[in-house]
Amino acid sequence: MKIQVLGPGCTNCTTLEARTRTALAAAGVEASIEKVSDYAEIARLGVMKTPGLVIDGRVVVSGRVPNVDEIRGFLGR
Amino acid sequence: MIHDFATWFVRDVLGLSIEARWGAALHFFVYDTLKIMFLLAAMTLAMGTLNSYMPVERVRAVLAGRRWFGLDHFVAALFGALTPFCSCSSIPLFIGFVRGGIPLGVTFSFLITSPLVNEAAVAVFAGTFGWKVTGIYTGAGVAVGTLLGFVLGRFRLERFVEPWVFEVPASATDGSGDRRSFRQRVPSIFNEAWLTARKVAPYVAVGIAIGAAMHGFVPTGAFEGALERDNPLAVPMAVAVGVPLYANATGVIPIVEQLVAKGIPIGTALAFMMAVVGLSIPEGLLLRRVLRPRLVAIYFGSVALAIVALGYLFNALLE
Repeated sequence: MKIQVLGPGCTNCTTLEARTRTALAAAGVEASIEKVSDYAEIARLGVMKTPGLVIDGRVVVSGRVPNVDEIRGFLGR
Repeated sequence: MIHDFATWFVRDVLGLSIEARWGAALHFFVYDTLKIMFLLAAMTLAMGTLNSYMPVERVRAVLAGRRWFGLDHFVAALFGALTPFCSCSSIPLFIGFVRGGIPLGVTFSFLITSPLVNEAAVAVFAGTFGWKVTGIYTGAGVAVGTLLGFVLGRFRLERFVEPWVFEVPASATDGSGDRRSFRQRVPSIFNEAWLTARKVAPYVAVGIAIGAAMHGFVPTGAFEGALERDNPLAVPMAVAVGVPLYANATGVIPIVEQLVAKGIPIGTALAFMMAVVGLSIPEGLLLRRVLRPRLVAIYFGSVALAIVALGYLFNALLE
């Protein structure tokens, strides 16, 4: 599983990354987390409002910080 | 009710006279902090709810899909005012709008209004200056965005947009994929409101503390000489000082309220606030990534000029 956290590094993005790590640990899922801070790349993925969470190339959430349970839902566990 | 609580707390619990300096300052601090934090919570929750159903993707679809009979700029400015927005999103948002088929001028209307009228600034404004001044501020923000977007749209400014922006593939998500029920949305709305409030609250608390100290210790009319109404340079000076300050300076609103209470004209103060909230150096650096330096200069210059004009207007109209 490949996970991308989109955002230039503001508070929301850091929070999202931390929660994603928590969710991964809780679900026992192995995944690589890549931080995408390049604006062109963020725009290319179709995200207009950071932070964004992309799982295996699909944008699952953007413009808000989901909680750990919701992220677990996205992980399919 | 909050006022009574503050009075009870300072007079009966702490045993201070609210007429004395320390008592007055403390009363001001307790009252304003409670009131503003309450408004901040209410505003962030209201805007969070609205935004949960009206994400930027849907705003874009609405703006791109319809001709608003010439009111496009006004509608875009209105959406800008209603959409909570962090300056770190200005670039993806700009690209998303431009590549989603929204004209540059309409995009500017949104981009100019969005930071100028944001939920945190409006909440703090309402708590310090009252609803009338808040209404004037909000109306002025929407008017500036509408007008400047319209004017900027008349010039062919696309040539000053960095070419790579137009190479980003056009995306057309309309934000309708979120099918959660209201009950399912509530936790994330609270969560979002909490994140926003937590980010702003410390600055606001410091601002109120300084405002409270001024309330108790600075005599009324102390600043009348400094930024007098008949000093023609007062408004541009206030804007020049305000622009470099960062948006989280919503905390300076309570301080400015005290400056007004002690004699600075309201138009000068409002111009200062708009400059602080609406323009910032970090935002300029971000915009530089998608706009050529000349367009960044045009953008900042025209917004700053509009704010100066508003300052003069308010000084002439408001007492």
